[in-house]
Amino acid sequence: MALLVIRPGMLTTIQDLGRWGRQESGVPVAGPMDPYSHRLANRLAGNDDGAAALEVTLIGPELEASGERVTCVVAGARFDATVDGSDIDPSRPFVVAPGQRLRFGSRRSGARATLAVSGGIACPAVLGSRSTSVVSRMGPLAGRPLAAGDVLPVGAPASNAHPSRARAQVMPEGGARVRCLVGPHEAMFTREALETMFTSRFIVTPQSNRMGYRLEGPALRHAGSADILSDATPIGSIQVPSSGQPILLMADRQTTGGYPKIATVITADVPLAGQLAPGDWIEFVECTRAAAVEALRHQEAALAEDAV
Amino acid sequence: MPDFRIVAAGDAAWLVEWPARIDPAVSARAVSLAQAVHHTHHGVVRDVVVGYCSVTVYFDPLCLDGDALAAQLHDLALHVDEASIPEGRLVDVDVCYGGEYGPDLADVAAQVGLTEAEVVALHSAPTYRVYVVGFVPGFPYMASVDARLAIPRRTIPRTRVPAGSVAIAAGQTGIYPAETPGGWHLLGRTRAKPYDDTRAEPFLFAPGDRVRFHPIESAAFERIA
Repeated sequence: MALLVIRPGMLTTIQDLGRWGRQESGVPVAGPMDPYSHRLANRLAGNDDGAAALEVTLIGPELEASGERVTCVVAGARFDATVDGSDIDPSRPFVVAPGQRLRFGSRRSGARATLAVSGGIACPAVLGSRSTSVVSRMGPLAGRPLAAGDVLPVGAPASNAHPSRARAQVMPEGGARVRCLVGPHEAMFTREALETMFTSRFIVTPQSNRMGYRLEGPALRHAGSADILSDATPIGSIQVPSSGQPILLMADRQTTGGYPKIATVITADVPLAGQLAPGDWIEFVECTRAAAVEALRHQEAALAEDAV
Repeated sequence: MPDFRIVAAGDAAWLVEWPARIDPAVSARAVSLAQAVHHTHHGVVRDVVVGYCSVTVYFDPLCLDGDALAAQLHDLALHVDEASIPEGRLVDVDVCYGGEYGPDLADVAAQVGLTEAEVVALHSAPTYRVYVVGFVPGFPYMASVDARLAIPRRTIPRTRVPAGSVAIAAGQTGIYPAETPGGWHLLGRTRAKPYDDTRAEPFLFAPGDRVRFHPIESAAFERIA
């Protein structure tokens, strides 16, 4: 059972929930930009949350089932998608029979869709993970995005009962407001910079990718130096180089960085940030650690309710 | 008063931070704390990352009480005992300096007003300390390079630096594990592989390791497969 890549789309990568545990050796975590949709799609496909799936970016691929029928689920960004010309229902799993083609058409909202298949994408794991780190060229397909002619092996589907329908997801249309914890290096910025950070609208520039979003907006000034001795760079951290234009670090970020981090997007809002595209706006709202953990608990409960 | 602080790096990581300086004693405490966390929290935390003067501990806030973890990290950091910190592993690295393998050697020599041979002698004299492994899988950030060779990064980074390049910038030296873009000055090339997924332990370097460079001739370099 396999999926044959007819057209790869703009940037389609294989991702699981990330290559954890090796950051001390400089291995990026990678993983999905929208982990919520990744897990939702896997649940509907009858997989473990961490099964490998495809992350589709802005312009989707065209794929052909080969060998046996492949059961697929699409979550996250809303695309018009068809199987041999017939529209699919994005709230349910659908079958692509051998020789049939799944084609992603126009994008309606959000930036990245997860395409999960029952059984998961069964490429060999690298350092315990099937995530693709494009920047460090690690993972399935030698760490590169899909290309025409690739054959993606599909694992054996589990036979256990699983949810078969998803409640409609809300995707950002044009921008999003995300919650942050201030810091860890807020003391390196002026008071005005911190105020500007939480009262301004920033734009995701075209110089944005899976590593991070370069944002454009009012400059965030450092109180002194704009350099730190390199330390770890969590997903969602907002580093500010000497230009004063912030960079929101995302899934394919490096493990360490040398710029001060003014704030860090909370885990519960990373999926939302992951659905932004160049040209979209983003605003930051300060939040406490307790509220961040509460939001994450709430989201975990919602995930169970979204897959019904 | 402890000389470290523990701050949230988002809701899923704690940053333990010592005074900001490149100092073997500070680095040793970071390495030692990281080892202690691996020991006490094995399988409980998601990642432990050593910085120059910091340790970041990643965790899942749904599985672990963040406040309790912070208190445990505080205790561990207080009791990091410098006297008991083991010396890092010693790694010997053969380097073919200059020529096609070290395309920036002549330029660096000119910039600092020394001969190529003097630059090689200065670069290969110290035993370096690995402070951080980052940038790409396996890349060791080592210090301190002799002050006479402390020059900033290239103004225009290369789009392609060959794997195995031994390079310097801003008082540090490193080895590129794979062909990547890079802004450091390339002094030579080694066959040592900082990352090799065919090895049982894929990573050659860890923070706290000590590294010595040994100049070899190009004929010897080319004989090594």
